Order: sequence, then structure tokens, then C-alpha cells
Amino acid sequence: MSGAGPPPRGEDAGGSWRPSASWDVLRLRAALLARIRSWFAARGLLEVETPVLSAAGTTDPQIESFTTRYCGPGAPYGRTAYLHTSPEFPMKRLLAAGSGSIYQICRVFRQGEAGAHHNPEFTLVEWYCIGADHHTLMDEVQGLIAEVLAGSRSLGEPERLSYRTAFERHVGVDPHGANPAQLRTCAARHGLETGAGLGDRDADPWRDLLLSHLVVPHLGRGRLSLLYDYPASQASLARVRPGDPPVAERFEVFLDGMELANGFHELADAGEQHRRFERDRHRRRAAGQPSVAPDERLLAALAAGLPDCAGVALGFDRLVMAACGARRLEEVLAFPFERA
Amino acid sequence: MATYSTNEFRAGLKVILDSDPFAIIENEFVKPGKGQAFSRVKLRNLKTGRVVDRTFKSGESVEAADVVEVQMQYLYSDGEFWHFMKPDTFEQYGADAAAVGDGAKWLKEQDLCTLTLWNDVPLIVTPPNFVVLRVTETDPGVRGDTSGGGGKPATLETGAVVRVPLFIDIGERIRVDTRTGEYAARAKE
Repeated sequence: MSGAGPPPRGEDAGGSWRPSASWDVLRLRAALLARIRSWFAARGLLEVETPVLSAAGTTDPQIESFTTRYCGPGAPYGRTAYLHTSPEFPMKRLLAAGSGSIYQICRVFRQGEAGAHHNPEFTLVEWYCIGADHHTLMDEVQGLIAEVLAGSRSLGEPERLSYRTAFERHVGVDPHGANPAQLRTCAARHGLETGAGLGDRDADPWRDLLLSHLVVPHLGRGRLSLLYDYPASQASLARVRPGDPPVAERFEVFLDGMELANGFHELADAGEQHRRFERDRHRRRAAGQPSVAPDERLLAALAAGLPDCAGVALGFDRLVMAACGARRLEEVLAFPFERA
Repeated sequence: MATYSTNEFRAGLKVILDSDPFAIIENEFVKPGKGQAFSRVKLRNLKTGRVVDRTFKSGESVEAADVVEVQMQYLYSDGEFWHFMKPDTFEQYGADAAAVGDGAKWLKEQDLCTLTLWNDVPLIVTPPNFVVLRVTETDPGVRGDTSGGGGKPATLETGAVVRVPLFIDIGERIRVDTRTGEYAARAKE
């Protein structure tokens, strides 16, 4: 097309057609992607691609999917399709089908998430290690991040602490034992004022409040911090290890007070996965959130047998932020959502 | 009752918290990857000027404050109230000392000020950024000294005291930046 179109309408007076990231950062992005791929190649992991557009979405009440409709051959009246929020389910189907350890680098989409550290679409590096538990995979994640950040910055020895230890150290409360009222008191003691919306029945919103506002800012200062063994109620897709209290074999990685990755010793029990889907769906109904059908193909794959494995999702854009010292995602994205 | 959900939060939005009017200064989206989303908000109490932090669960709603900013002409003070008039409707409003605050010393009849009204009652009076005022008292001017170095105190017609260059004389009119309380220039006649 030549310049024969309509004259500019003045909406772009701020130059928002231009990328918001500098060329230096965009070149760094490309270099880091290449470095990640060669790190995986050296370990013999297979790179895979799975559908961005799926018949099933995530039932997780804390994650909303974008939906769209497919109309055409096979669906004359149209059917709902979900943009994936993570490639986890189809990658587990590949694992169950015998892929061996695999990884994927892809764009994922999350409804309603926008801010300095959130963009409705972002790039995940997701990988699964056969035979690993969450501690073994934490070693791997440390290795990859060190490799990717080498040349950009040097970090101290990683710190690894349980969810409980992090809470005890930074806010002085036992996150597993405290009830919502005690967690609320703890928040108030640290000067956190909140609206009425957090409620008094469920401890998890209060745990999330304390974690994000008071614990995470201390994490990843000059080194990686890895938090592990989350409350069983936050297991998501991780195994729960019985004990007192039972804990989810889940971990998160932090750098510069920012969450970089979330990993699980993966739940392989189809029955338990089905119960979690149903519990999520019940919570969604109760909260008036959109209903999402459970992924039956994932359940079938788990029933067929998922090899013992651990998996992790690493936010690539945030990793680039850490590499170049950016404070906001738009500094590392060519076109953030406001310019998309 | 009008309300705003967290998705409507942005700088400048006026809301009511604990029965006081607040203006949002900053709104930050916070969310653990697998957890609850929050709006972490910095707000200014429009009555006291105090800045507070407050965190809301995403989707929570907050009562909207009926706060508007209106340009009005300053008329006079009766000692208790400062009286202002909307130039278009001639409607008059009385602002108390709390609303006028330190700005009182810059108020000169007929100057256009910004009044922040809450439920139609003046909450904050903001004088113009620059006012032109006559010097009523200062040491004699030093002719030819335009260096501006040092300076001296000068009392203005409204009672305000500002530092002015040495060459300024009683009876001269000067331009003052009300935000900093500093002399800006000699006013042209």
C-alpha cells in the first residue's frame, strides 16, 4: 500500500506506532531467546509447539482466559475456543504420549492482567523434566537463569527457602497455621490498609496480600530467591505432600522483588486432577466467574499415565527486564498492549 | 450511589474512603502468578492533604466522590470566610480557613482561583500559579543592582512576605510563583 490512504486522524500524536522498547533491548531479547534454545539443545530437550487456540481453557479461578469463536468446517454454528494461558495441558499430553523431557517458548494470554509487570499477552518458557522433583528442577532453573543472565549481570549464590520460612522471616507469621483474622492482624501490624473485599473466610487472599506486598519485595535482592512448599490450598497442578501441614510441591523464583517462574512437581493422579477441576469450577460458579469446561483430554492423558516429572513456566519478558534493569514491561516489549 | 471498580482506577479519580474524599495519585496492579489480583493505590486525602496507601482486591468497588474543580473569581474575605463567584452564573461560594489554607496570602480581589468542591462545598482553594502583587514594605531599592544575588524580604499588599532582588522598591508590582512562594519577575505596567 502506498500513502494514498486517509490522512492521519491525530490519535497517534504520541508516536504510539513506534516500539516502546529500545533497539538495544530488542536485540538483547533476540540474543537471550537464542541462548535459551541452545541451553536446552545442549541438554537434549525437544522443542515442541502446541495449540495456542484450544477447545478447553483453565479452570483456575485466579486466571481468566480470552475466548473467541471458531466458525467453519466442523462447526457450522460456531464453537468457543480459548487462547491458552499456559501450554501446560497439551505439553502434559505429549509427556504422557512418550515425548521425554520437552520445552516450549510461546506467547500466552491472560485476561484482565495489565500493569508494570503484567501484559495481557506475554512470553513463557515452559519445560518439563522427566524424573525430576521440584528441588531437582529448581537446580535446573537456577542453571538456566545464570546462563541467560551471564554477561548482563552477576548474581550471588541463590537462596532457597520454604514458603513458611519466608513468611516467618519477613512478616513474622506462620502462613499455614494462621487463620484469616490473624493474617489480617499481621497485615495491619505492618501498616497495610485494605478494602473490605478480601473477606474473612478464606486465608489465601490474605496470604497472597502478605506475600506480594511484604515478602516478595525482600526476595531476589542481588541473587535468586526460590520459595518452595506452598500451602496445599495453592497447589494448583502440583502434588501435595502429606504431613502436618500438608504442602504443595510447588516453587516460585524471584529476582529483583519480581516473580520470574512458577514450577510444580507435577500432579499425575487423574482422579485428584478431576477433583481439583470440579473444585475450581464450583468456586467459579460461587464467585460469578465464567464457567470453563475441564480439559477431558488432559484427564485422559493422566489416566493413561504421566511419567513422574517436574515442570516450570518462566516469564521470559521479566527475565529480559532483569537482564537489562528495566522497571516496566513496556521497556522490553516491542509493542505492549496499549500499542498493540 | 455511584461507584468505581478497580478497573476504573486511574490517577485523578476521586473516591470516598472512611467518609473522606480522596484523589487517586497512583494505581499499581499486583498479582502473584497463581494468586489473587490486587490494586495497590496511593491516594491523597483532599481534606487533610495526607497521602495513604490502600490495597483493594481486584473487582472491588469504591464509592465515587462528587468532587469537581471550578474556576472562580475571588471577591473578598469577611474574616471567617473567603468569598468566591462563578463568573458565568454569579453564584457565590464561601470557603473556610481550612479550605483556603496557606493560599490565603496570595488571594487578591478578582483573581481567578481553582476551587475544588465536594458535594458543592469548597474543599480546597488553589490560587493562580502566578499572581501580580504590589510591594508595600521593603528596604530602599539599590539602583543599578540587577545581579539578583542576596535579595531582601518584601511585604506584599496581601500580607505575604517574599524575597526579592535588591533593586525592587516600595510601590512596584511583582510576579510571584504561588507554588514555591518565590519572586519570578517585575510585573510589566
